[in-house]
Amino acid sequence: MSFDSNNLSTLIRDSRVRNIGYQIIIILALILSVWWLIDNTTTNLGNRGKSLGFGFLTQTAGFEISHTLGTWLFDYKVGISTYTDIYFIGVTNTLLIAILGIFFASLIGFSIGIMRLSSNIVLRYFATAYVEVIRNIPLLLQLFFWYFAVLGLLPKARSKLDIFGGLGGLNITGLYTPAPVFEAGFGYVASSFFVAVAASIAIIQFSKYRRDQTGKGLNLGLFVPSLLICLPGIVFFLVGSPLDWSLPVFKDTGPIFKRGFQPDQGMVLVPEMLAVLLSLTLYTAGFIAEIVRAGILAVSKGQTEAAHSLGLGSGITLRLVVIPQAMRIIIPPLTSQYLNLTKNSSLAVAIAYPELVSIFAGTALNQVGKEIEMIFMVMTTYLGFSLITSLFMNWFNSRVKIVER
Amino acid sequence: MNKILMAAIALVVGAGAGFVVGKGEKEVVEVEKVAEKSASSTMDAVKAKGHVQCGVSQGLPGFSNADDAGNWTGIDVDVCRGIAAAVFGDSSKVKYTPLSSKQRFTALASGEIDVLSRNTTWTMTRDTQLGLNFAGVNYYDGQGFLVPKSLGVKSALEMDGANVCSQTGTTTELNVTDFFRENGMKFNLVAFEEADAVVAAYDAGRCDVYTTDRSGLAAQRTKLTNPDEHMVLPEIISKEPLGPVVRQGDDQWFNIVRWTLRAMINAEEMGITSGNAKSKANDNNPAIKRLLGTEGKFGEELGLSNDWAMNIISQVGNYGESYEAHVGPNTPLKLARGVNELWSKGGILYAAPIR
Amino acid sequence: MTQKFQQDVFVRTVEADTLPPPAKETGVMGWLWRNLFSSMMNYSSFGLSFKSLLMALFTALFFYIGFTQIVFLIDFIFVSAVWSDPTGIKREACWTVTQGGALPDGWHAACWPFIFAKLKFVIYGPYPIDELWRVNLTGIFGLVGLLWVLLSFLPYRKQVGIAMLTVYPVIAFMLLTGGAGKIDLLSSSSMILISLSLITIGRLSKRGFLGIILQEFANIIGFLGWALISYEVLMLLLSIDFGLEPVGTGDWGGLLITLVVAITGIVVSLPVGILLALGRRSDMPVARLLCTVFIEFWRGVPLISVLFMASVMIPLFLPEGVNFDKLVRALIGVMLFSAAYMAEVVRGGLQAMDKGQYEAAEAMGLTYWQSMRLIILPQALTHVIPGIVNTFIGLFKDTTLVSIIGLFDLLGAGKSAIADASWSSPVQAITIYLFVALIFFAFCFGMSRYSIYMENKLSKSRSH
Repeated sequence: MSFDSNNLSTLIRDSRVRNIGYQIIIILALILSVWWLIDNTTTNLGNRGKSLGFGFLTQTAGFEISHTLGTWLFDYKVGISTYTDIYFIGVTNTLLIAILGIFFASLIGFSIGIMRLSSNIVLRYFATAYVEVIRNIPLLLQLFFWYFAVLGLLPKARSKLDIFGGLGGLNITGLYTPAPVFEAGFGYVASSFFVAVAASIAIIQFSKYRRDQTGKGLNLGLFVPSLLICLPGIVFFLVGSPLDWSLPVFKDTGPIFKRGFQPDQGMVLVPEMLAVLLSLTLYTAGFIAEIVRAGILAVSKGQTEAAHSLGLGSGITLRLVVIPQAMRIIIPPLTSQYLNLTKNSSLAVAIAYPELVSIFAGTALNQVGKEIEMIFMVMTTYLGFSLITSLFMNWFNSRVKIVER
Repeated sequence: MNKILMAAIALVVGAGAGFVVGKGEKEVVEVEKVAEKSASSTMDAVKAKGHVQCGVSQGLPGFSNADDAGNWTGIDVDVCRGIAAAVFGDSSKVKYTPLSSKQRFTALASGEIDVLSRNTTWTMTRDTQLGLNFAGVNYYDGQGFLVPKSLGVKSALEMDGANVCSQTGTTTELNVTDFFRENGMKFNLVAFEEADAVVAAYDAGRCDVYTTDRSGLAAQRTKLTNPDEHMVLPEIISKEPLGPVVRQGDDQWFNIVRWTLRAMINAEEMGITSGNAKSKANDNNPAIKRLLGTEGKFGEELGLSNDWAMNIISQVGNYGESYEAHVGPNTPLKLARGVNELWSKGGILYAAPIR
Repeated sequence: MTQKFQQDVFVRTVEADTLPPPAKETGVMGWLWRNLFSSMMNYSSFGLSFKSLLMALFTALFFYIGFTQIVFLIDFIFVSAVWSDPTGIKREACWTVTQGGALPDGWHAACWPFIFAKLKFVIYGPYPIDELWRVNLTGIFGLVGLLWVLLSFLPYRKQVGIAMLTVYPVIAFMLLTGGAGKIDLLSSSSMILISLSLITIGRLSKRGFLGIILQEFANIIGFLGWALISYEVLMLLLSIDFGLEPVGTGDWGGLLITLVVAITGIVVSLPVGILLALGRRSDMPVARLLCTVFIEFWRGVPLISVLFMASVMIPLFLPEGVNFDKLVRALIGVMLFSAAYMAEVVRGGLQAMDKGQYEAAEAMGLTYWQSMRLIILPQALTHVIPGIVNTFIGLFKDTTLVSIIGLFDLLGAGKSAIADASWSSPVQAITIYLFVALIFFAFCFGMSRYSIYMENKLSKSRSH
């Protein structure tokens, strides 16, 4: 008896056995609750005469969507395009904002972050005020502010502001720029460009290999840039300049609604997109600035002093000594900010920019009423984005990490 | 010390859980009791809750709009109040859930609200595919266009190439798309989540045209900087019968909502108002007596008390009173009765009789 | 001559006065030099001249931008703003001549009478006017308690803190809702009996009366019993009607909802986040996987879609007829969302800990929870205070998103105030947005300043 209970007590005091026990309990609870949720959902759907299924994706959509990159890329036409197209238009527009936003936010964020540490009091206080104001006001408010501020400043629809010496123009309906029109044969130019890129990578790798082996790399000079420009350029002229530009056209005669910029000429960036981009960029830049500042401050002061004593100027010190080390600290929180920016782009629904949540989980959801399927698709898409961003940043992180030999 | 800490932690966890689930738990207890009696009857659930949960707009003057004190008014709100009067004999037993056009059907389908009375257009898709039932029409509307007078436009057919603002998740997007396609015209649609943003964008000049139901145009025009500088074009590009909506599959609740609306229309036809309803109860006209519950047992057939219509009319008023108070010519909306007049007076309001 | 010179060799016998530092280095000039001109006065080479010129240009530009913005804001908020509407003409008080008002054309400034008229709605939402004292009382209690805990020179801070976490929510709940919940006396009394017996079993088994297995789990049993009994007692307390008019959450709004959502979120997200972070670093693969998936899921999806799900789709996942209050659902959404973020912040702190601390705790024979509570978490959490407060600020700002799902929070109430045509004017929207932005700024800025103060204090205490 006493032997038995002793044996038992050693068993339950063994943390491994205990852990297995806890885990079995967790798994059981999980399975039960998932089963419970699914059971409820199917019962409820049954009671409401609804069924699950993705058949709606092949139905055609009957509503117009604001002219944006997505509609142009997928050639959106009412009555022909399906809800699948709408999904991809939403994804394209979300990605467009995310990529541009990440680029500009990093640019501004790094500048502001460095400005916050400047010895120049004007720059320092400006950066501090910027960061404090931007970070402490909700994004949704900033979105409204920029949208209506932008709208209020732009010229009205029948007037314009010339930019790029008249090649483009700006008014309240958007920013118009020349658009490339690809003609037959442009495929050759594009493929020659990719060939040039591949060749450049190969040459650079070979040069690196040579340097590792012999201590002396190839003297590449301007070879790579000229390869990248010249090869496609030569092919371009060989196949007879298969690229044309569609310039924006501004009319101020004719029927009143036909005046202004013509919708099918040139390329347009709608003010909704500009406002979303502006507010997301400025908002995220405020956070990036703080991350950059913290990262730079975390680099030990001895590093800066050592660099100075070697005779390096402050700019070079920052570029070659401080920032490479600060990057290790900066990158993980920077990744979170990039993810936040991508997710925050869903707020664009408030100001009519047709991104994923707005047109797919919004307008389209209201037409077909498949809540579970559509919200599931939207959430999965965002999870995918966040996974890809994380993977990329992890890869980048492993590159900038200090290699300890 | 250890024990005290343990107890404190337990207390915090308990308190936290209590604070979070407190509200929900109570409802669960109530509703479970009801669920034992009969499965999934909206009427029973409403009675158990003690109020009607009514989905309304996030603010459309004349139809459903909250004032500073949070009191909801409008003709859509009057339908909700009528239902509460019919069910509870007290028109104040309503709670309102403001919904965007995007959320409204999901909210109804999920059981979040009992009835949706939010200027919702009756269409075949909604009746069939979305699993909804329209209980009737409380406002016959049509989609129109609002343009600045300065553009000098006289007809919607001149709008080729226009920038059009609308609200997302509505039939307006579909109608305006159809209209432009049908007439071989091009346009650019800028669709916002909320009506306020549409008005602000239109006011700022982002769009040349604002399209929505004509009643909505009248309501939103009052919010513009200079309302008099804008005009509604004569074209009506769609039929927009707006009415209250319920879930499919609950005929009793569907009937209650449908006959609440009809009682209000019939009352106007019979000349019964909130002022004279009490005295009309013993009128010589048997139709009036049937409506007001002094003859027959029409209320009980609905599962209500026999004075259901009496409660609606005396507390909310008849359809005409509701119309005059919220959207009629004497309100900022200044909408004439038009097709929303009784059939006997040249309109198309025609309610089935109570007998 | 040379002789004379040799004779007159001068040897200093008193120390000379110290020369003042160069004018460039002291006083206003020195300050200006160090903080302003040193970065733009180096013209020794072409590159440096270019850099200095660029710097001067940027300085002038940013000074100009900053200065004009400040002037504009002061003018907009104070100088040109309309402050009163004595004749009660509402929107016409903020109209220019062309619009039919009395203000000069081109006038563009805040219209404060509009805010004064809407103040009650923006702060309390549709909460009944006669019952506002309850909200105010809750607010005053909260403020006093919070200050007490935050100000380091007051006595009994720990006790007040515990009371704020336990008693205060109950009081707040009763005051705000009216506390007239119904409760099934039979079921709750049986639950109390069960929990009492659980506690007894826990005690008995701790002393080893009930066998070894139960002795091992005595703490868990006792804890369950205590949690259950506090929950039930709480429910009983909440069900007592103190004669207060019940006010449903549907009638809450404005700043009230913003604060309720933010504070509940903040209070709950920290412990949940800590548990998730510990789970993610646990030795148990199942727990680790679950916590990782949970955290990454919430961090990966936009809050808007979470709130959309919480507000309209939850009834689809629950049994027929069971329903949660809308505010509670938004709360749960916001809480889970910020708990996931909090978990990542805490995990950062845990990872930054020296491995020796874990090993030392283990070597001392502390159990897992003891070592976490006494050794690891106190250090890890102080390391990541800025991150924690940033998450709080993020959560506070994210409450604006509940306006998208139809709750009238501060921004939602503001937007619905804009819908009032009797105040419509071109500055109506911007005035209310400005007001809302100022309120948010005050709260968030206050939080971030307090976090910096705490950080400095702790880093001082760490250094000696």
